[in-house]
Amino acid sequence: MLVVLAISIGPFLWQLSTSLKGPAENIYPSPPSFVPHDPTLANYAEVARIIPVWDYALNSLKVAAANVLTNCVGASLAGYALARLRFRGRTAAGLVFVAALLVPLESIIIAQFTTMRDLGLNNTLVAVVLPGSVGALNVLLMRNAFRALPYEVEEAAVVDGANVWQRFRRIALPSVKGTLAVVAIFAFMGAWDDFLWPLIVLSDPDHFTLTVGLNFLHGTFADKPRVVAAGTVIAVAPLIVMFACLQRYFFRGVGEGAVKG
Amino acid sequence: MSVRTHRAASPWLFLLPGLAVVAAFVLYPFLSTVQHAFTDARTLTPGVWVGLRNFQEMLHDPQFWTALRNSLLYVVVVVPCTVLLPLLVALLVEKPLKGVVFFRAAFYTPVVASVVVVALIWVWMLDDRGLLNSMLEMVGAGPVSFLGDAGLVLLCAMALTVWKGLGYYMIIYLAALAQVPRELHEAAAVDGAGPVRRFVTVTVPAVRSTMVLVGALSSVAAFKVFSEVYLLAGPTGGPAGEDSTLVMLVQRSGTGLSGRVGYASALSLVIFCIALLLMLLVLRADRKEKTE
Repeated sequence: MLVVLAISIGPFLWQLSTSLKGPAENIYPSPPSFVPHDPTLANYAEVARIIPVWDYALNSLKVAAANVLTNCVGASLAGYALARLRFRGRTAAGLVFVAALLVPLESIIIAQFTTMRDLGLNNTLVAVVLPGSVGALNVLLMRNAFRALPYEVEEAAVVDGANVWQRFRRIALPSVKGTLAVVAIFAFMGAWDDFLWPLIVLSDPDHFTLTVGLNFLHGTFADKPRVVAAGTVIAVAPLIVMFACLQRYFFRGVGEGAVKG
Repeated sequence: MSVRTHRAASPWLFLLPGLAVVAAFVLYPFLSTVQHAFTDARTLTPGVWVGLRNFQEMLHDPQFWTALRNSLLYVVVVVPCTVLLPLLVALLVEKPLKGVVFFRAAFYTPVVASVVVVALIWVWMLDDRGLLNSMLEMVGAGPVSFLGDAGLVLLCAMALTVWKGLGYYMIIYLAALAQVPRELHEAAAVDGAGPVRRFVTVTVPAVRSTMVLVGALSSVAAFKVFSEVYLLAGPTGGPAGEDSTLVMLVQRSGTGLSGRVGYASALSLVIFCIALLLMLLVLRADRKEKTE
């Protein structure tokens, strides 16, 4: 277990230690040493001087927050309709989402790019958010979650005269919080970590997200490993902190979904 | 709006955001990919119908064959590892011991981190003077130029993919393992089966359908690999594009001001078909086993 632990988080710790090592310290010691002798935060200041890393982080944050919001709203609305409402065309609508799931995003990325250009949105953060704003997988996850709820409660609400919207908001939605949390976490991680799509759609450095900006840093300043290390720590730390805080909820939610699925 | 029409319309109002996004950014681009694949469109010019010419060109394009070989190689190496290793890790953290929660979360860390960050860290570890080489030196082995050799870079990218996916697939296995009845293990233990035997006779059959699912997911994912290779081998895929994968080829040929949208779309279509084929093959193999 400790071996797996070392393999899975060792590289991150090493990066953290490198980012804290001062310029005088040998970063290629043999044997490798993890504890910096002369800890310093100068590398973080340096990374911010070379690239607007905080702006990039803000861009990433905007994109990720928007993605969480649109996915939670869009997927729960659509999932609810698919699971609980009866109407003509329901099967067809469900199939649309399944079909969308089968299309690998990588294989339509050029067409997405031209679609964005036709809409005049290229090189904007909106373009980064839109394609993933309601993930088909999230819709299906929410559908499964809603489906597992007992009908009786909603029937009682119908008798009381509650309309669709009220039933959705007051009864169904509060019961699927676990799955909603999973959707939110996945949406955040997906947006924060995405690389290929922002790389393609963004050309103006002002709009770079953190991943694209870091790649730039890596390409240009590969000879300053301490600085690159500091950049990676900035990119990964918020996610690890967020995940550490939410992980109980996350693992429970994933378990729920799997059992119901 | 009368109550009746409101009722009939409301499901569609609920579906509207989802359907609109999926239609505009998945289905429409897919259809236009299919259409573009038969034209000579470029980034700024619409292009005319050229029939199968893009596909014919592909057959004579050495870059295409290299990329196809690399992508398939990726599947062949990565998939068996992602089917087995995460299962073993899941078995390690399955038992409700104290502190196991910490290990689960720790093993999940690489999944949380962006692939760019992870790749940067790996580049740094695999560097000629990096962590791995200084460890090798300690045991007296000479420095290995992990990132200087086309074959080794690809191998490193594969290791990176397996490593990054470990936690993700571990979760899927954990959910499946939770449903294996404890009695089965106890019965096997009473019959004198050791841990290895119990793994083969009890655990594997019980989670077999999950293994197929993981196999299908990871084979499609491995086939579409982009970021890992792009970041380790560089945008051009190493010297002479030797480490290029299919998605890298799409990105390289289809973007930029003179991007060949038509040719890139044809490549995309090939990716789509092979990905679908891989998925069907895995699912088919599963069905066959079930009926036997």
